[in-house]
Amino acid sequence: MNVETGIRWMELFNEKVQAEKDYLTQLDTPIGDSDHGNNMSRGMTHVIEAIETQKPDSLEELLKLITTNLLSKVGGASGPLYGSAFMGMLKAQKEDNIPWSAVIKSGLESIQKRGKAEAFDKTMIDVWIPVVEALENNQLTDAVIDQAVESTKPLKAKKGRASYVGERSIGHIDPGAYSSGLLFHAMLEAEAE
Amino acid sequence: MKKIVNDPTNIVDEMLKGMIVSHSELIQRVPETGVIQRKAEKTGKVAVISGGGSGHEPAHAGFVGEGMLSAAVCGEVFTSPTPDQILEAIKVAEEGAGVFLVIKNYSGDIMNFEMAQELAEMEGIEVASVVVDDDVAVEDSLYTQGKRGVAGTLFVHKILGYAAQQGQSIAEIKELADKLVPNIKSIGLALTGVTTPGSKQPSFILGDDEIEYGVGIHGEPGYRREKLQSSRDLAEELLTKLTDEFGEKEEKNFAIMVNGLGGTPLMEQYVFTNDVYTLMKEQNLTIDYYKIGNLMTSLEMQGLSLTMLYLEDDFYIEALQAPVTTISW
Repeated sequence: MNVETGIRWMELFNEKVQAEKDYLTQLDTPIGDSDHGNNMSRGMTHVIEAIETQKPDSLEELLKLITTNLLSKVGGASGPLYGSAFMGMLKAQKEDNIPWSAVIKSGLESIQKRGKAEAFDKTMIDVWIPVVEALENNQLTDAVIDQAVESTKPLKAKKGRASYVGERSIGHIDPGAYSSGLLFHAMLEAEAE
Repeated sequence: MKKIVNDPTNIVDEMLKGMIVSHSELIQRVPETGVIQRKAEKTGKVAVISGGGSGHEPAHAGFVGEGMLSAAVCGEVFTSPTPDQILEAIKVAEEGAGVFLVIKNYSGDIMNFEMAQELAEMEGIEVASVVVDDDVAVEDSLYTQGKRGVAGTLFVHKILGYAAQQGQSIAEIKELADKLVPNIKSIGLALTGVTTPGSKQPSFILGDDEIEYGVGIHGEPGYRREKLQSSRDLAEELLTKLTDEFGEKEEKNFAIMVNGLGGTPLMEQYVFTNDVYTLMKEQNLTIDYYKIGNLMTSLEMQGLSLTMLYLEDDFYIEALQAPVTTISW
């Protein structure tokens, strides 16, 4: 990943978030508080504006800019979780010759540290964990991402606001897992261009 | 759902502007933020801060003032404020004796306030906090993160605000808060769902003759859906849930709060209060303090919540009865 691909990644992620804003909110409605679409849309609008005005010329600068904008503009639970993810990636990126899978893995570790969720708690990390595994084996595809997102559907939420509705969370895709899916689809697209 | 609004994305900013122009003698806004600060002179005491998503008016900015909150941080609708905003509130409210954060048990609030606390401590400000988890609707178990924080949080604001005004140290306030929170229990019910500004559909749809027990303050679903019953039957269900939580108490004195969720007239809240009074009297439970009104709302939701505070310590009632200078207490 270089800075140009990174910027393209964010542009594609932004397009997907804006296009699926209502769907993200719809996913959040039966089990959360119906704000995930608006919050991610607001955060990504600021990320794109910041990229356009500050024109980052290194991947490190780009990751820093994404981190601060997500942390200070998203709010709710998604702000600190996505903000922590990019902060973790930023820390890892500073090491020389680190593989991209390790950068994403560091993002995952930051999310877990902040949100204290474990695998199968029905959260965004149920997408991040299989994505990291697939990246490490050089096997990440759109199908892997989709399957990971879909796998949150039958789970009962144990973390996050959805946990307050317990059994009722079963049968719904986790909204954070879905937006993480968009993030990784955008990454594959940017890398393929 | 019809709303009086310009652009839904500016709704919080425009609301805060309206609050400031109409209450400029009491509060001011920290420029470019959702932080509302009291205008009272600084006296070197502990600052009590709260906040959360907007849409719960008059909570939280309505309780900023002498004797209650030093500042409130207002996030987007139903969305926790961000760490930088909370840090801003901590910095402007700090009077040299430390800052105490009152946080409701919602994962977004916990994470953002925790991050702000870490940032403030890095800047050398002493910060302590308490997490309020008064909602008994959701069972605490291995599988949940505990109970939600709802209207009972306002009793915490009032009592800690008084303690701060009396000059208690941050350590004393922390001790008071940790003892106080387990004595507060709340539960709510909804007659309608709630539609956030700009969204196309309500959080959930109830039939004309249906209610839902145990809803949260963001339109989150509750624990049971039923046909609408009389106020007395509703009061009996909520009261039973709450008194079960308290178990057998030697002293039977309580403070209660009947909180409208935004779309329920005071007339109905008083009808319900009268039923609570009657039912509690039948059980030899005494109410020493009443608070009725739209205090911790959920936008336009029809419904209400009932909070009971077990008056374990005489200080609680002294604190509740003390006068304050705020917009809405």
